[in-house]
Amino acid sequence: MLNSQEIALRLERILPQVQKPGRYVGGEYNQISKDWQSVATRVALAFPDIYDIGLPNLGLAIFYEQLNARPDVLAERVYCPWIDMEAHLRAEQIPLFSLESQRPISDFDILAFTLPYETLYTNTLNLLDLAGIPLKSGQRSTNHPLVIAGGHACYNPEPMADFIDAFVIGEGEEVIEEIVNAYQAWKRTEQDRRALLLALATIPGVYVPIFYRPVFQADGTLERMETLDPAVPAIITKRMLAKLPPAPSKFLVPNIEVVHNRISVEIMRGCTRGCRFCHAGMINRPVRERSIEEIVDTLQTALDSTGFEEIALLSLSSSDYTCITDLVDAVTTRFAGKNLVVSLPSLRIESFSVDLMEKLKGSRQGGFTLAPEAATERMRTIINKPISTEQLLETAHAIYSRGWPTIKLYFMIGHPEETLEDVQAIADLCKAVLAEGRRTIGGRAQVNAGVSTFIPKPHTPFQWVSADSVEQIEAKQALLRRELRGPNLKLNWTDPRDTMLEAFLSRGDRRLGEVILGAWQRGAKYDAWQDQVRHDAWQAAAEDAGLAMDFYIHRTRFVDEVFPWDHINPAVKKSYLLEEYRNSQSGILRGDCRQQCYACGILPTFTGVRRLNRGDYWKCPEVPARKTTALAE
Amino acid sequence: MIRIRLSHSKSGALRYTGNLDMQKVWERAFRRARLPLAYSQGFHPQPRINQACPLPLGFTSTAELLDVWLTDEVPLDQVKTAVETAIPDGLKIRAIETVDLHAPALQTQVDTADYVITLHQAVEPSELHEHISELMASPAVMRERRGKMYNLRPLIVAMRILEPASDSIKLFLTLTVREGATGRPEEVLLALGLDPFAATVERTQLRLKDLHPEPL
Repeated sequence: MLNSQEIALRLERILPQVQKPGRYVGGEYNQISKDWQSVATRVALAFPDIYDIGLPNLGLAIFYEQLNARPDVLAERVYCPWIDMEAHLRAEQIPLFSLESQRPISDFDILAFTLPYETLYTNTLNLLDLAGIPLKSGQRSTNHPLVIAGGHACYNPEPMADFIDAFVIGEGEEVIEEIVNAYQAWKRTEQDRRALLLALATIPGVYVPIFYRPVFQADGTLERMETLDPAVPAIITKRMLAKLPPAPSKFLVPNIEVVHNRISVEIMRGCTRGCRFCHAGMINRPVRERSIEEIVDTLQTALDSTGFEEIALLSLSSSDYTCITDLVDAVTTRFAGKNLVVSLPSLRIESFSVDLMEKLKGSRQGGFTLAPEAATERMRTIINKPISTEQLLETAHAIYSRGWPTIKLYFMIGHPEETLEDVQAIADLCKAVLAEGRRTIGGRAQVNAGVSTFIPKPHTPFQWVSADSVEQIEAKQALLRRELRGPNLKLNWTDPRDTMLEAFLSRGDRRLGEVILGAWQRGAKYDAWQDQVRHDAWQAAAEDAGLAMDFYIHRTRFVDEVFPWDHINPAVKKSYLLEEYRNSQSGILRGDCRQQCYACGILPTFTGVRRLNRGDYWKCPEVPARKTTALAE
Repeated sequence: MIRIRLSHSKSGALRYTGNLDMQKVWERAFRRARLPLAYSQGFHPQPRINQACPLPLGFTSTAELLDVWLTDEVPLDQVKTAVETAIPDGLKIRAIETVDLHAPALQTQVDTADYVITLHQAVEPSELHEHISELMASPAVMRERRGKMYNLRPLIVAMRILEPASDSIKLFLTLTVREGATGRPEEVLLALGLDPFAATVERTQLRLKDLHPEPL
């Protein structure tokens, strides 16, 4: 294999011939380059899509800063090369390399993927292949890097179980250190690879698929997940941090344009709203907030060390941050006159949100975004996102009258029990908002409707439901296209085939490994890119593997069905999810669980942690001690 | 308000950062340096940073120029120190001076640029010498770029082979870089029948028009 000097030499000739060569050379301000020989363990952090998307990823930024803070570890980065670069790498037989030292990825000890969504699976295989690492865990030897993965998609690790040595379930900040320590201990003993995997499998929150075997029933559903070694746990409970660690602040400053050129600070983690379709809302509990002081200090350090002109205050629901007004005031006064753009996504539909955005004095060019998700009372009750149409129109009026000419409305079609009337109501609501705009500011008013399609996700109350068929989706989209035309109305929708692929991968079991491999072998990669995704390859691969995609996508699950992800415990109980599913069917709404605990399972799972961290850092209300104990049993 | 002219070099990974992106690289560097960067008026205030002449992707340079406007007087040595600590690897400040606020924009002032091209390909020096002489003697060298024919010859001011210092041949080239009349080194290489991807190009000099020519 080529060494880093030989790689550099060949790149010299290739780089002038590819698009955006700055993707492959690193050298960003705040890049950390450590001496390879000075550390015990080298970690390659991988985001399996192009640099432009991977560089701003906050998860990777956290681990980059954290791992490099250890004197005995270095962490470097790798992303997927774009199609043109991949062709050159393969033609010139250049192994995939890290940006910092241009070392082949196979020289690293640990290769850590972040997998926030399912359409990165074929890219993960492609990245392994370009690095010259055997694709399947079972084919790797002691000399190959340990391949680990974490991120939201890993809450159902089964589809990728053949390819990943160990999954991190839940928040990675603590467990990544434990994995590195276990790796170092293993290396000192010179044992075989299985010994390493077994050591990892005993770390809480780490799932090592090689020690688990799914047993299927004749009808194709799962009977149970068998453990193959007495040392490994039957259930893997997610990792969760009692308090959020210091936020990263020395962000890499790219030398070329990427998708988000900004400082990102997570102001809180988790959400208490309990929307029934929302994967992130279920798996990121409990809600933990950073203090205003901590956020503002982080921003100051980050601005000083990066010079970025934009900051994003991230959370699943900004309006729910306890002292959101104080936070916005603190940010605007501290950084006044610095020509900064501040973004505050995920605001509730109320005129108070308009007050907040006004304080941020941001550009009104991009429009104001609201996400009602559904347009009828009935649908809003089913998904547990109650907003009245009246309130939405009032908010729209406030937005238009205070200078935003454009409102972006996000909806989802395909929710359980949705009818064409519910979809018609989406069109009617968009028109009503536009009419409100016309009354308020005249012909300049604009509505952009983004209508995506609901995908039932594991670990949510809707994990039992069928996704809409392509015909249903097409009928609903046709209705919207027919209704939402004309001046100042814009409609965006998702290709139903993309939705089907994601639905297939989301609720898949271990048999999907063969399909993912087969699709990749047929040329599938960049599945999240509409101009790259190869649905024909996926169809052919599923057929070859003898799997019906519809079984995964369109089947309503049995209430007592054993799911392929049941051995992964997000600390929200399956019985709670089922209760919520039934509530959706009976038209029962549930409120913000900051006000009242609905016993999702977080508190009994983490009783010990909670006891050590009293106070209001977690936004779960105090539950009488007796009740908590009873739930735990 | 003051206007400062920075002469600098550009190399390393930054070779692959284009002119538009360099604008951001500089803006962020000045922000990190905590200098009172001046912004344009209007709805989308932009920092007042003015680069002289785009350097094609992949080229290094020891002779880049840019002007930056600051809202307050800051001593030059202080600006230099602050900028030096804030620029990314690959940039190096060579000189710094103040410029009259009303002096014309750099882009309108650049005149010619020198390039040193190192060839990483098998070339017979005598043959190359001959090609160069032929090309320089031609009244017109027609080339096509982006579907349009143009005459490359008037854009070439000088060209010669540098005394071989090592085993690779180096070319010295002076091209015009005036607005609407910019010669591209890779076009010259192609006109000489050379492979532009097997060559490294460094810009070594950027000359401005003489603002006060001697009266005739």
